[in-house]
Amino acid sequence: MDAILLQVLNGLDKGGAYALIALGLTLVFGTLGVVNFAHGALFMLGAFCAVTFDKLLKLESVVVDPEKTTAWGSKLEIRTPYVEAWLGDFGRFLHDYSVPASILLAIPVMLVIGIVMERGLIRHFYKRPHADQILVTFGLAIVIQEVIKHFFGANPIPQPAPPAFAGTAYVGALFGMGQTLAYPWWRIIYMFFSLAVIGAVFAFLQFTTYGMVVRAGMHDRQTVGFLGIDIQRRFTVVFGLAAVVAGVAGVMYTPILPPDYHMGMDFLVLSFVVVVVGGMGSLGGAVAAGFLLGILQSFASMNEVKSIVPGIDHIIIYLVAVVVLLTLPRGLFGRKGVMEE
Amino acid sequence: MWNNPARNDWFLLAGFSLVVLCLPLILEPIGAAYPALMQKFCIFGIFAIGFNILFGLTGYLSFGHAAFLGVGSYAAVWSFKLLTMNAIPAIVFAIVCAAAFALVIGYVSLKRSGIYFSILTLAFAQMSYNLAYSVLTPLTNGETGLQLSLQDPRIIDALFVAPQAGLPRVNLFGTYTSGGGYAGFYLCAAALIVCFFIALRIFRSPFGLMLRAIKSNQNRMRYTGFNTRPYLLAAFVISGMYAGLAGGLMAVTDPLVGAERMQWTASGEVVLMTILGGAGTLVGPVLGAAVIKYFENIFSSFSVTTLQGVFGFLPDAIERPLVSFLSLFVGDGWNLTLGVVFMLIVIFLPGGLMEGLRRIWSLFDRRPGGGDKVPAAQTQPAE
Repeated sequence: MDAILLQVLNGLDKGGAYALIALGLTLVFGTLGVVNFAHGALFMLGAFCAVTFDKLLKLESVVVDPEKTTAWGSKLEIRTPYVEAWLGDFGRFLHDYSVPASILLAIPVMLVIGIVMERGLIRHFYKRPHADQILVTFGLAIVIQEVIKHFFGANPIPQPAPPAFAGTAYVGALFGMGQTLAYPWWRIIYMFFSLAVIGAVFAFLQFTTYGMVVRAGMHDRQTVGFLGIDIQRRFTVVFGLAAVVAGVAGVMYTPILPPDYHMGMDFLVLSFVVVVVGGMGSLGGAVAAGFLLGILQSFASMNEVKSIVPGIDHIIIYLVAVVVLLTLPRGLFGRKGVMEE
Repeated sequence: MWNNPARNDWFLLAGFSLVVLCLPLILEPIGAAYPALMQKFCIFGIFAIGFNILFGLTGYLSFGHAAFLGVGSYAAVWSFKLLTMNAIPAIVFAIVCAAAFALVIGYVSLKRSGIYFSILTLAFAQMSYNLAYSVLTPLTNGETGLQLSLQDPRIIDALFVAPQAGLPRVNLFGTYTSGGGYAGFYLCAAALIVCFFIALRIFRSPFGLMLRAIKSNQNRMRYTGFNTRPYLLAAFVISGMYAGLAGGLMAVTDPLVGAERMQWTASGEVVLMTILGGAGTLVGPVLGAAVIKYFENIFSSFSVTTLQGVFGFLPDAIERPLVSFLSLFVGDGWNLTLGVVFMLIVIFLPGGLMEGLRRIWSLFDRRPGGGDKVPAAQTQPAE
């Protein structure tokens, strides 16, 4: 029983990341009709926002103490990070919570990157075939990836979770099972975080006038244009929003997976599969498929399952994608008439 | 289909063969005239020609072509291990295995088109890659990579020659092809010329016309009563066989295969080559493959010191920022250059380098009607 629960938990946090990336992909596809292969790179950029923020916080002043020496005989250096020197306790707090705090940096940065990307590149590819869109964004993804590699190196850079959440939680206690089901706190937080972001995006689209116009534009862009609304500008904002969602997903994922320059590509391939399984253009489908595939993947990596079907843990997602694509032309929740062929 | 080709095509073939066979002379001035690099040009040229038969003619963008390359390589090495060190059976075995593999994957993937086709091929290729790394280790030797060993049976060789000390080398009836000699290069060059000829015949045949028709309007083809599936499947399998041959030749020139050859980045590379050269053109993919492999070789060997040497004549104030900026693009940063160039090509020159050459040609060729030939490549979506 708790083994199964554990796998569900395992799947939910990974599924959360898939769902957030897939949500952005679908949003962009549904509004702009663009297949964005650089979306994984945005996720990676978000993660590197966290790295940069952490580096900024770690900038420190070095004072050499002339009297004392270290055990190795060199002069004792007293290092104090500037934030601690300037902000005292709050600085220390900020330092501990650098990962969640870097969301504050990531949101404006990703918004700007997203809007620049849309205005500068994607806009010119609306009328081009999907193959061209895939190719140019694939090229862009390579460029972003290599630039990051140049500045941050090729090795993964671990980011610690805030100390308060560094340990494990006994989830079993919630179900009256006592001290079972030890599970890292941060992964639980990630799960709730992704649910919250997904909820926020849906609320934005569902309950605000702005979101209503965007949804109307997704259905019939031309008519919305006839009504005198500058739908183009709204879609640009939607692209920025998708970039922000991918970015914060990347920020919060850093304690789970140390970011490196190719993490975006790794996630992108899977997220594309998620989008297609959920149904191109269906936001709910993307989210549901994200969690579903996350859970399926963690179940497939259980030893019991692996002993029956060896190797299943490596291919389960692709296998599901193949089966879904061949049996359900629109994916699980695809809208009728959107990209059926 | 095999009746006499037009005179122009013979010229094209003769010119192409001449260029390929004289590569060592042509590349001498630009410092690329060593066999190990030139055989790479040929191998990736074959791979790209094959990919172009699918993508350039039918518009179906496969993101999993490296799987066939990998299967071909594994098949060739198994042929070395089990049968003989001769290259011919290995190549044949590689092509047959890749064809069988392509038949299965193509049959399933071609049930869909457009982006779904891309995702399906990608999914199959990733599955093969992941399996090659994990469960299929007895077949692929996992992370270490499949290689020759002294314990291999080599049934046919054992009948004719007494085993010698040390690992046997891949040969073509006595001429060693592995290890970067000219024999390896000329084997690959011969294969490339044959492949080019076959591709030329396919492009000019009714079959090729049918594939182009599928690209421009598949629905209309269906309405007129054509079943497009068999044509697509044939194109897919042919293209898979080309990839298998390329993989086989890779093993012939260096009998060591790792699973990373099947990863989707490798599939992406052949897409880059084809688009860069010009999808849908005959020479384009080979040109793209050669350009990418050449610059990969040159750029990745550049280092900051080389740059400083080149720009040493400039004053320091200019030299330093220039060198540090350019160092982004060379050495390890070669992929960045590739990405930038690729983006520029897709944005400004969708027909690839061939389109660029055609435009330059038409600048000089001002005869009436000289400049307005029908462009060979017009990218159209598959859906």
